[in-house]
Amino acid sequence: MSGFFTGLFRFKRGPWEMLATLIIAIGVFMLMQPFVMWAFTYSFITTLVGTVLFIIVSHFPE
Amino acid sequence: MSENPIERAAAATPQPIARNVRGLSDRALAWWFVGPTIALLLAINIFPLIWTINLSFTNFKANRPNREIKYIGLRNYERILNDADIWLNMQATAHFLIWTIVLQVLIGFALAWLINRNFRGSSFWTTVIVLPMMLSPAVVGNFWTFLYQPQIGLFNYIVSFFTGVDPSSFEMLGSVDLAPWSIIIVDTWMWTPFVMLICLAGLRSIPDYIYEAAEIDRASRWRQFWTITLPMVLPFLMLAVLFRGIENFKMFDLVVQLTGGGPGSITELASINLKREAFEKWRTGYSSAFAIILFVTVFGLASIYVKALNKVKER
Repeated sequence: MSGFFTGLFRFKRGPWEMLATLIIAIGVFMLMQPFVMWAFTYSFITTLVGTVLFIIVSHFPE
Repeated sequence: MSENPIERAAAATPQPIARNVRGLSDRALAWWFVGPTIALLLAINIFPLIWTINLSFTNFKANRPNREIKYIGLRNYERILNDADIWLNMQATAHFLIWTIVLQVLIGFALAWLINRNFRGSSFWTTVIVLPMMLSPAVVGNFWTFLYQPQIGLFNYIVSFFTGVDPSSFEMLGSVDLAPWSIIIVDTWMWTPFVMLICLAGLRSIPDYIYEAAEIDRASRWRQFWTITLPMVLPFLMLAVLFRGIENFKMFDLVVQLTGGGPGSITELASINLKREAFEKWRTGYSSAFAIILFVTVFGLASIYVKALNKVKER
């Protein structure tokens, strides 16, 4: 876990991609879940942030 | 005459073309080759995407082209993401997506496992199994509506044969409870062969000597499956999940043919609603925003899958 945070602070690709993937997955789940409406409302912005972050961090060094 | 294929190709090039090409650098030549593809990509992919993003911030209606177009900011997105009906469409899409992928992966892998045993007639059965995916979705949708008929449909009689219920007592396409499952059954019937073929390619790529080494180490069949077969087929399985996931997220033709989104709107998937908004209600700006939401979701999912695929390949 500490390796993950160290990677984030040093702008390494692996941990940042992991974070972006997590945000996208949460966004897609929010879009399709049947439980609460507010999660559906904020799903698009969550997925968008995750996707843009993924595009940016995939250019970070390994 | 030279034996070198490059020199032979150069000699075969007509003189007028050769004269034009002679003065070009390798880089310029490469641009000449990829240029038309890039131009085509920009014209039919990138430009419409940018135009759709632009339209998604407007109140444009394609059936009223002379009306003044107003920029309304994020209002289209706001309306869509607060619409309970679209939320229900998304839930219907999720139900369809999850169950089709689960069933297709399980049945497809099991079929590939059986076909890979190379029994007598396995090639014949492979051909029979892959037949459904070669049919047009419109044809499949049409003949499954006949199969699902409560009075004359074969499906109801088969269910009746195994369960004992009256064949005309239930209607697959007309029932609110059964209609979502009817489209899952048809999509699974049609596209399981595709997953099977990908899994079969994965199973056939595993060298025999790995299993022989495992046999020498007295590994059980069960252990061989979990430690050799499954990890080595996993990249192929993930590829199948990626393809089917993206395809089913934008599923349209098969479901329109089968249920038309009904009964009510219980099988109205996101893409069906999008088509209605765009080409029946002519709310072009609104439907552009909806299309962008779906596009970002598919793009995000594809990014996750490609990353996972690369990770599995590295192992």
